[in-house]
Amino acid sequence: MTMVYEKSKGLTDVPFHYCPGCTHGVIHKLVAETLVELGVLEDAIGVAPVGCSVLAYKYFNCDMQEAAHGRAPAVATGIKRVHPENVVFTYQGDGDLASIGTAEIVHAAHRGEKFTTIFVNNAIYGMTGGQMAPTTLIGQKTTTSPLGRTVEHSGMPIRMSEMLATIDGAKFVERVSVDTPANIRKAKKAIKRAFECQIQGKGFAIVEVLSTCPTNWGYTPVKALGWLQENMIPYYPLGNFRDFEEDK
Amino acid sequence: MEEKVIMAGFGGQGIMAIGKLLAYAGMLEDKQVSWLPSYGPEMRGGTANCAVIVSDEAVGSPLISKDGTAAIVMNLPSLSKFENELVPGGKLIINKSLIDVEPKRKDIEVYYVSANELAAELGNPKVANMIMLGAYVELTKIVEIDSVLHAFLKVFGENKTHLVPLNKDALLKGAEAVKVRA
Amino acid sequence: MSKVLMKGNEAVGAAAIKAGCRYFFGYPITPSSEIPEYMSKALPEVGGVFLQAESEVAAINMVYGAGGAGARVMTGSSSPGISLKQEGITYAAGAEIPCVIVNMMRGGPGLGSIQPGQADYYQSTRGGGNGDYRTLCYAPASIQETVDYVMLAFDKADEYRNPVLICADGMIGQMMEAVEFKENLNKNLPAKDWATTGTKGKREKNIVNSLFLEAELCEDHNIRLEKKYKLMEENEVLYEAFGLEDADVVCVAYGTTSRIVKTAIKLAAAKGIKVGIIRPITLWPYPYAIYKDINPNCKGILGVEMSQGQIMDDIKIGIEGRMPVYFHGRTGGMVPTPAGILAEIEKIAGGTK
Repeated sequence: MTMVYEKSKGLTDVPFHYCPGCTHGVIHKLVAETLVELGVLEDAIGVAPVGCSVLAYKYFNCDMQEAAHGRAPAVATGIKRVHPENVVFTYQGDGDLASIGTAEIVHAAHRGEKFTTIFVNNAIYGMTGGQMAPTTLIGQKTTTSPLGRTVEHSGMPIRMSEMLATIDGAKFVERVSVDTPANIRKAKKAIKRAFECQIQGKGFAIVEVLSTCPTNWGYTPVKALGWLQENMIPYYPLGNFRDFEEDK
Repeated sequence: MEEKVIMAGFGGQGIMAIGKLLAYAGMLEDKQVSWLPSYGPEMRGGTANCAVIVSDEAVGSPLISKDGTAAIVMNLPSLSKFENELVPGGKLIINKSLIDVEPKRKDIEVYYVSANELAAELGNPKVANMIMLGAYVELTKIVEIDSVLHAFLKVFGENKTHLVPLNKDALLKGAEAVKVRA
Repeated sequence: MSKVLMKGNEAVGAAAIKAGCRYFFGYPITPSSEIPEYMSKALPEVGGVFLQAESEVAAINMVYGAGGAGARVMTGSSSPGISLKQEGITYAAGAEIPCVIVNMMRGGPGLGSIQPGQADYYQSTRGGGNGDYRTLCYAPASIQETVDYVMLAFDKADEYRNPVLICADGMIGQMMEAVEFKENLNKNLPAKDWATTGTKGKREKNIVNSLFLEAELCEDHNIRLEKKYKLMEENEVLYEAFGLEDADVVCVAYGTTSRIVKTAIKLAAAKGIKVGIIRPITLWPYPYAIYKDINPNCKGILGVEMSQGQIMDDIKIGIEGRMPVYFHGRTGGMVPTPAGILAEIEKIAGGTK
């Protein structure tokens, strides 16, 4: 019998708690596969955030720390400074990274901390019940922007990758999406590159992954993917903003 | 025996330094010592002061509050601020070069030292603080001059050995200035 | 090792390094800035890492990460900065991460003043962050004690897997006294087999975490923590006390204030008033039991603190209503004087004898 698909050894057997159609599962898989393929799973120390992926410490099959809301980059800094030989990563959502934790992510990038951040942007607070995030699109209805987000009231959605790409210490910055098989393959490539950036000691690396939240957006999983393509990608353009080989 | 001395002057006059030297010298003589600075914005350019206690017993409050046994004042604001912190009979050593008024209190011992002029005679105006310290040590005998010079190397580093003779001269000149009551 | 004259803040750094601390994350604030300054120079010399964080919040979370990764790690700050660290302290308590946090207390509330204070007593002893947790809390009264208890703090943090606070004040931070560094103490500490160091394929994964989504499990976690805190209460109480048996008045004070009280006690003795002292060295766990040794005919207990009387709650718990309690304090950065304390003692004793 031929094995056509095997769950990555980078993931534990604990069943995911994510909602049906949520793309966190895909992103977890990509990160786990990358750690295994790069041969660093046994050296990996991950930091889980507060938000939907708060339980990520149960899923990744490596040492994990659970951080306070937004503080994962500071926690990862502490870990990496103690164990520079290990591979350290944070896995954070948009409320965690782009709202309460902006200072920590900006300064980790600014110092050129040699860890990798996986930033999952689904334009909403999922865990707490669909409140507005800094990444929520204009007009998007959430439980704290019931009439739709307006520029006058809440400003424009924040583009973290573009912002972080202006920082010298951020050596790899790319925005990807997991809405199609082709984009998932591109996402995997970017995640791998972001870990290579760390392993080669180049500096801070981040991959922003556009993700869906069918439950809080109020769509079926398929429709949610469509909403991401029609609304998020135009505002959050996919692509590489910085690659460490540019610095050579 | 317990000496509680306030040292005060302009920032840059080396007030904190002579306080440290006295505390260190006391420690070298196995006495109990504390050195407490004023800190914060007050330090930056304005007046500087520190409280040094040298005692045969464990130091209680490191603060000096109306119970100072001596005060070294190197500028006018320090005179008005600290003369009231002395016990009756306390010693007030005034830098006559920069202070042309007399203290209000009559129940204390007052000594005048023209520290800046005496330092100039030694060819280095920077040692005015050491002249004041020399006067204080002469009046109280709380530590030996040699201990102060030993402390000098501990506080400022062995690479300042070449400055020891100048500072010794300054200490002795200060001591000389108060041997005859001004 | 012979004695050296050191500033309190620098002595904190030197003691930490002597105790094996190799990581410091902090943010400048008066009157504790000489701690990060000292560490920025001294830690690289011993192969350690000093990092100036972008904020106090980030600093304590770096401490969380480093402590969770198995390192001996410290942060130091002063009152407003310590308030910012409360989030990280409760997370570290919940995740059982050993670390040492030094607070050179200053006047509050808010920005307050930069002069010495002791008004962070509630925050330090009642838990400044959320949840049921406790932190060992040492209140040194001299630079020598600061050195000794900083070193002990690292051992106790590792022994109990718990954050340990050093509650000193701006005066301790800024003043210089003679200190002697003793050899490092406890060598029989548990291995940090729980730390995140990478599995190296040789063990199951480790998780450093304070989250228990199932309430039953969170309760179990709390019960287990409470057992640990009880052990600390049984074994870690430290205090100094004298003159209690025949005291007319007993003063209770810690840290800098206790020294001023001792000066006042001498002044009172000269006037024929017998004054004892209870000086808690651990603010938590608190030395309640020693109150039983107080002369039953003592006229009253006088708490002295650089606050509006935060220590009074523990004094009342200790004395159990057996005699009147009084408070004398200065606050906002002002420091009590021996004369001020003596006046209160005389009032309680019923005048000079």
